[in-house]
Amino acid sequence: MSEKTTILTLPEEELVHPGNRACAGCGLSIIYRIGLKALGRDTILVVPPSCLTVLQGLYPIASTQLPCLNVTFASTAAAATGVLGALRAQGREKTTVAAWAGDGGTSDIGIQALSGACERGENFIFICYDNEAYMNTGVQRSGTTPQGVITTTTPIRGKLQKKKEVPAIIAAHGIDYVATASAAYPLDLYDKIKKAKTISGPKYLHVHCPCPAGWGFDPRYTVKIGKLAVETGLYDIYEIEKGKFQLTGPSQKLDNKKRKPVSDYFKTQSRFRALSKERIQEIQQSIDEKWEGYQKN
Amino acid sequence: MHIIESGNVAAATGVKLARTEVIAAYPITPQTPLTEKLSELVDSGKMKAEYIPVESEHSALAVCIAASSAGSRTFTATSANGLLYMSEQIHWAAGARLPIVMCVVNRGIGAPWTVWNDHQDSISQRDTGWIQLYACDHQQIIDTVIQAFHIAETVRIPVMVCYDGYLLSHTYMPFEIPEQNAVDAFLPKFTPSYFLDPKNPANLNTVTLPDIRLDVRGNMAPGYMEIRHNLHSDMRRTISVVEEVDQKYQQAIGRGGNPLIEKYQCDDADFIAVCLGSLSYQLRDVVDTLRREGLKTGVAGIRLYRPFPDKTIASEFANAKGLIVFEKALSYGNQGALYADIKSALYRNDNRPFVHNYILGLGGREIKTLDLINAFRTSCTDFRKIGDDPQWIGLKL
Repeated sequence: MSEKTTILTLPEEELVHPGNRACAGCGLSIIYRIGLKALGRDTILVVPPSCLTVLQGLYPIASTQLPCLNVTFASTAAAATGVLGALRAQGREKTTVAAWAGDGGTSDIGIQALSGACERGENFIFICYDNEAYMNTGVQRSGTTPQGVITTTTPIRGKLQKKKEVPAIIAAHGIDYVATASAAYPLDLYDKIKKAKTISGPKYLHVHCPCPAGWGFDPRYTVKIGKLAVETGLYDIYEIEKGKFQLTGPSQKLDNKKRKPVSDYFKTQSRFRALSKERIQEIQQSIDEKWEGYQKN
Repeated sequence: MHIIESGNVAAATGVKLARTEVIAAYPITPQTPLTEKLSELVDSGKMKAEYIPVESEHSALAVCIAASSAGSRTFTATSANGLLYMSEQIHWAAGARLPIVMCVVNRGIGAPWTVWNDHQDSISQRDTGWIQLYACDHQQIIDTVIQAFHIAETVRIPVMVCYDGYLLSHTYMPFEIPEQNAVDAFLPKFTPSYFLDPKNPANLNTVTLPDIRLDVRGNMAPGYMEIRHNLHSDMRRTISVVEEVDQKYQQAIGRGGNPLIEKYQCDDADFIAVCLGSLSYQLRDVVDTLRREGLKTGVAGIRLYRPFPDKTIASEFANAKGLIVFEKALSYGNQGALYADIKSALYRNDNRPFVHNYILGLGGREIKTLDLINAFRTSCTDFRKIGDDPQWIGLKL
């Protein structure tokens, strides 16, 4: 994108009605509002069970102004494929098809259908909002829950395993556009969705999405915590365009001098309370190594 | 035009004639030649449709659900474990009121693995809210597939067209292919009253509360229970729709006449064999033999299994002395599903015939005509000997 969108150039038209069912401070509600502006009115949404199902309203009241197909948990990308098939059959190819799922619906139960759709080269945008656990069902661990995090199914020691790197898995399908973003930088997400709309074939966007209720922080700090995840180098903002990796936006500006210690991030959220000092030290070391790798390349 | 081809090709030809717009399928024996034929028809340009080679049966039905929601005529096909892998989506398609047509090429279910025919797969999905039609020969397969789209789109309920794996899917029989213009006259273009459309946005299949609720305009919207009640009442209405569609098909194509039950020698029969699928043909030979022995027997092949034509069964068989239900499926720990349904249908009659249940052919066990003759004869002549428990034919313990 040549010109970056600013708050002054962002379209004023709202495609989400006020008064939706999101929790106070919900990161998803930020990116949903901005994301729909980027997708535009000529879009069909496909949504599996997730917090978004609730945010969008209970029958017969809806907070979205876009047509939306609610589908079963495992079938999001396959359902997007079906919408695309019908649009092709009817000559309605100009309409954008966007699948919008949570991290469980993407990285765990939805990954087979997503992999299939990417392999088939379906012309759709898949947006994963990653709040790093099954929040809609009450904070259970998912494939993208980071190591050490307390959830209701990792209640004492925290999650023992690492976070699944879904963007890398999707990039391995050889699709033309994979990008990450954060609810703390919604205009970056806006520009990436706009860019995705210009590319044919599958597009994957992975969006880090702070969750006050599930992460254990005051709802007013959603953006601050989202930014801290990036500023500490724990969560990176990048694009993989035709196989070429490039840090973008706030992560591009980050270097070893500017990078904050990971403990700054961990101490803001009660979900990290099981992390020992030694463990934090280990995580800091692995983040430092990751960034040394970035800066060599 | 008459041709000699397999049951799977008969089904594929019906799908083509119905001008299906979106097809999604995942290979499973014995359904595979059907989807191979469809992909060949689409790839060669002989059929104008989107063929989507999905990565699972769950996704196959997801594609159909979404494409149907977006306003296109859709088709898929599967068998056995593939059907079970779809199960969540099967319920979803019916609840969402989508007129999808699916062929179920009947096969036994693992474990242990079997690829051979019985009816446990489709029978296990009878309570999903789908219409189930069973074909007994190749001609019925092609005719039923075409009719199924009309029935589905009339009542907005999906339809399974079930036919026996290998016995019908892989055998070759002569059948007639209807003319395209006759099918076009019979089956109008699919024009749903609502579909996914940015010009007219709606949030489909969203969370629905237990109770009824006002919408933003002040109109009362149904709750979950009302929506489910409507599905049931439309299923009951479907029995007469199946009859009407059959009449319309007879006028347009020139075949039909037995939309609910395919009867053979039933008019004066004292004892009637009841079954699903191709078994009714084998039982015709049995009836001919027993009639030569002086036993007035007949065969009733149930074509419409869901919704169940219970009132028709109660009135048609009111004067029979006995109904003998031959089944390739079982509700484990109880009885054959069709047997229980038949008894339930007859309960409204004051004078009820006796009803027997034979379980046979599970996992493709050969069904020997002589075994059928002996069982049927015993039921006619010595009916008090046989109780309510299912009797197993061909069991080698």
